[in-house]
Amino acid sequence: MLVHLINGISLGSIYAIIALGYTMVYGIAKMLNFAHGDVIMIGGYVAFFAMSEGAGLPAPLALLLAIIVCTILGITIERLAYKPLRSATSLAVLITAIGMSYFLQNSALLLWGANPKAFPDMFKNAEAIEFFGAKISPVALVAIFANIVIMVILTLFTTRTKVGKAMRAVSEDKGAATLMGINVNFTISLTFAIGSGLAAVAGVLLCSAYPTLMPTTGSLPGIKAFTAAVFGGIGSIPGAMIGGILLGVIEILARAYISSELADAIVFGVLIVVLIFRPTGLLGKQIHEKV
Amino acid sequence: MKKFSKASTASKKAFLNYGIVIAFFVIFQSLVSTGNITSALKGQLIPIACYMIMAVSLNLVVGISGELSLGHAGFMSVGAFTAVIVSSAMAGSSDKGSLIVSIIVGALIAAIAGFLIGIPVLRLNGDYLAIVTLAFGEIIKNILNCLYVGIDEKGVHFAFNNPAALAMSAEGKVIINGPMGAVGIRKISTFAAAIILLLIILIIIQNLVNSRTGRAIMAIRDNRIAAESMGLSPMKYKMLAFTVSAAMAGAAGAVYALNYSTLVPKKFDFNTSILVLVFVVLGGIGNMTGSLLAAGVLVVLPELLRKFSDYRMLVYAIVLILVMLVTNNEKLKGKIDTFFKKLRMKISKGGRK
Amino acid sequence: MSKSPEVKLVNVPSPNFVPEKDLGKPLVLEAAHLGIDFGGLVAVDEFNIGIGATEICGLIGPNGAGKTTIFNLLTKVYEPTRGTIMLGGKDTHNMTPSQVNQMGIARTFQNIRLFDKLTVEENVKIGLHNHIGYHTLAGVFRLPNYWKEEKKDHEKALELLDIFGMADLANVTADSLPYGAQRRLEIVRALATGPKLLLLDEPAAGMNPSETEELMNNIRKIRDEFQIAVLLIEHDMNLVMGICESIVVLNFGRIIAKGTPSQIQGNPQVIEAYLGTHRG
Repeated sequence: MLVHLINGISLGSIYAIIALGYTMVYGIAKMLNFAHGDVIMIGGYVAFFAMSEGAGLPAPLALLLAIIVCTILGITIERLAYKPLRSATSLAVLITAIGMSYFLQNSALLLWGANPKAFPDMFKNAEAIEFFGAKISPVALVAIFANIVIMVILTLFTTRTKVGKAMRAVSEDKGAATLMGINVNFTISLTFAIGSGLAAVAGVLLCSAYPTLMPTTGSLPGIKAFTAAVFGGIGSIPGAMIGGILLGVIEILARAYISSELADAIVFGVLIVVLIFRPTGLLGKQIHEKV
Repeated sequence: MKKFSKASTASKKAFLNYGIVIAFFVIFQSLVSTGNITSALKGQLIPIACYMIMAVSLNLVVGISGELSLGHAGFMSVGAFTAVIVSSAMAGSSDKGSLIVSIIVGALIAAIAGFLIGIPVLRLNGDYLAIVTLAFGEIIKNILNCLYVGIDEKGVHFAFNNPAALAMSAEGKVIINGPMGAVGIRKISTFAAAIILLLIILIIIQNLVNSRTGRAIMAIRDNRIAAESMGLSPMKYKMLAFTVSAAMAGAAGAVYALNYSTLVPKKFDFNTSILVLVFVVLGGIGNMTGSLLAAGVLVVLPELLRKFSDYRMLVYAIVLILVMLVTNNEKLKGKIDTFFKKLRMKISKGGRK
Repeated sequence: MSKSPEVKLVNVPSPNFVPEKDLGKPLVLEAAHLGIDFGGLVAVDEFNIGIGATEICGLIGPNGAGKTTIFNLLTKVYEPTRGTIMLGGKDTHNMTPSQVNQMGIARTFQNIRLFDKLTVEENVKIGLHNHIGYHTLAGVFRLPNYWKEEKKDHEKALELLDIFGMADLANVTADSLPYGAQRRLEIVRALATGPKLLLLDEPAAGMNPSETEELMNNIRKIRDEFQIAVLLIEHDMNLVMGICESIVVLNFGRIIAKGTPSQIQGNPQVIEAYLGTHRG
């Protein structure tokens, strides 16, 4: 039981890191960035090739490279595909994001093929740790630890720094923020940069925990992390963390004790139940239309 | 005279759509009978008609009712697998009769699924509604992945997540085998049947939209609070649109399934829902003609791009992004409009010379 | 401005009063001890009103006094925290806005809420929705009943639009109308639901004096022709004093004065609420 719980928290931490990207972008640009899951996949491939025999970079450098590539990719996607649509309907932006997701997946398919790649073990020197009799893999611990660090830094960033406050202002009211002298375009680019950088971290962690890498690797975790963001209340940073972890735990427990076939159905079922009772997620703000 | 101009434009549009469908049928049917069609394209005819039904029925929810649904393929799969079971159970009956009954039962079961799913879904708003429809689409796929159905002389046997529980006699035959999907399906769909169904569905949607009920649905879309204060119940009309749309997707699923000998639940996943949504958006929200054309062109396009098989999905993605940018960015739109205006002026000037 | 002759207000058994002409007819609306809190804030408290069958009543008060909130309470957009609303003798507790409309209240909105993409005629037809007698299936299969009722519907919509001389705009989409015409269309649409009480939220906002004058005549005409009551929120005092038979003044969510236009005009508390206390 304990080992499932910790594995669940670990998987949930990865979801939480991905969900942060969704939630921050949604908060600021009010769009569902469906391509986010595929940025994770790109991050995975970059780290994979950086660590392969040809390049042979050590793991931390590979991670750093993945973060840099994904950050640039995120900013580029925003500039080329989303920025021109800032005043378009949300449905138009959604379809564009889906197009971008197809684009990334099929580019990866052309570049690197459909065959799954075996992601190298980044922690081959570390041993599994005993914790009250449960064996816990180093990846699981690293994921949990990384999630906590990221959460603390992001919370401090958005509440204490000037840029972070600008970010919150833009997500509240774009027009008013512009009038207050905030550079909205820069703030949105920055949000995409942070979200995509986090996607790279999540991609490397995900591939280390589940070491098969394919062009579609990011799709399902992306959808689930998005579910986690909605679950916690989309737009809320602590909500993404709580949603991610709950989702991970539910998924692992359902897989272990109910049915691995139905685990995803149970995860989505829980989401629906939560939204019935809290229509804007666990920590989401209730929005009332002024009459 | 002026009084009736509005009504007549609506019916003109409606008849244009019937015309498009009939022309589509006549052209391709004659190509088939004269043998002037590749077998790949011939095989796509029934799926194209089914995707057209999917697109117009999703447009009823997205365009007319104004709710973004990302799980439309789920209802298609409910109709599809229901039709597989019904047609197998009617193994002794004529093909035509089996097909009609399968479509009706498939649509009914999908309607029930739509109604049950609508109860929680339609209480939500905007993106929350979208994500829950996505979740339901995935749940339906997961459940079908665990469904085992067999037939023997005693009748139809069902089992969930445990094929051994089917408990069939020695002569029994498994027709739906969990994640492996349906096998040995009766291939009884015909292009003509698919076209007739498409026409019936178009008539229903267009008449519905141009009636008291359709006006109520659109009023709730445009301004929910005002509609409520005019004595309309939003839940009732949203539910109506959602359930009717689900039933139509179920009917499309039935025709689609009975065109293949095997079918897996994975065929109707999130990507299929998105594909249909792309038809609706590219064809124009609320525009039924657009939905028909977009579905037709976009199902055939990857087929035509088969020469560039490696690049076709990449091209598809790029085209999708570019079309969205061009049609939704004010600046680009303005530039293109002036370009076409100039072009038209040049052409008309040239014509005069 | 054409001013209505001042009517006499008389007491009814409850702590309200109605114009003398409506005495003996049941009250169309009676609200008692009505109140609502938003979070900890008391937005409206102890709101009592009785409206006679054909009364034109004005609800006035400074900005933020809670006038629109009262409309939202009466139409059940908000569920009141306290008090009761009786419509034609029936308690509206737990009713939805659409049920309240079917009971006989129709309203317009301060920030116009038309069905923008539908035509003017279709907007009115939405108001007529519950008076059209054909089933969804009759519409889908174009049964004879559909044609019959749609024809009746069309004629009725044009007849209503004609009150404001808007019949020739029937095929224009609502969002392409000028501002004043949009306000008028909202009134026609509300009227189409066949109300016993019409709530108008700032009907003259954005109108010039001659348009306002015409609006006053039309409100009177509607009342006389349909024999309904009107409750209106308005900042244009010429309109309020010109057509209202009784006036309720609200400040900080509470009633500070009630009476005939001349009683209100002379009320020191009302003057204070509008102009502030005289200092020095």
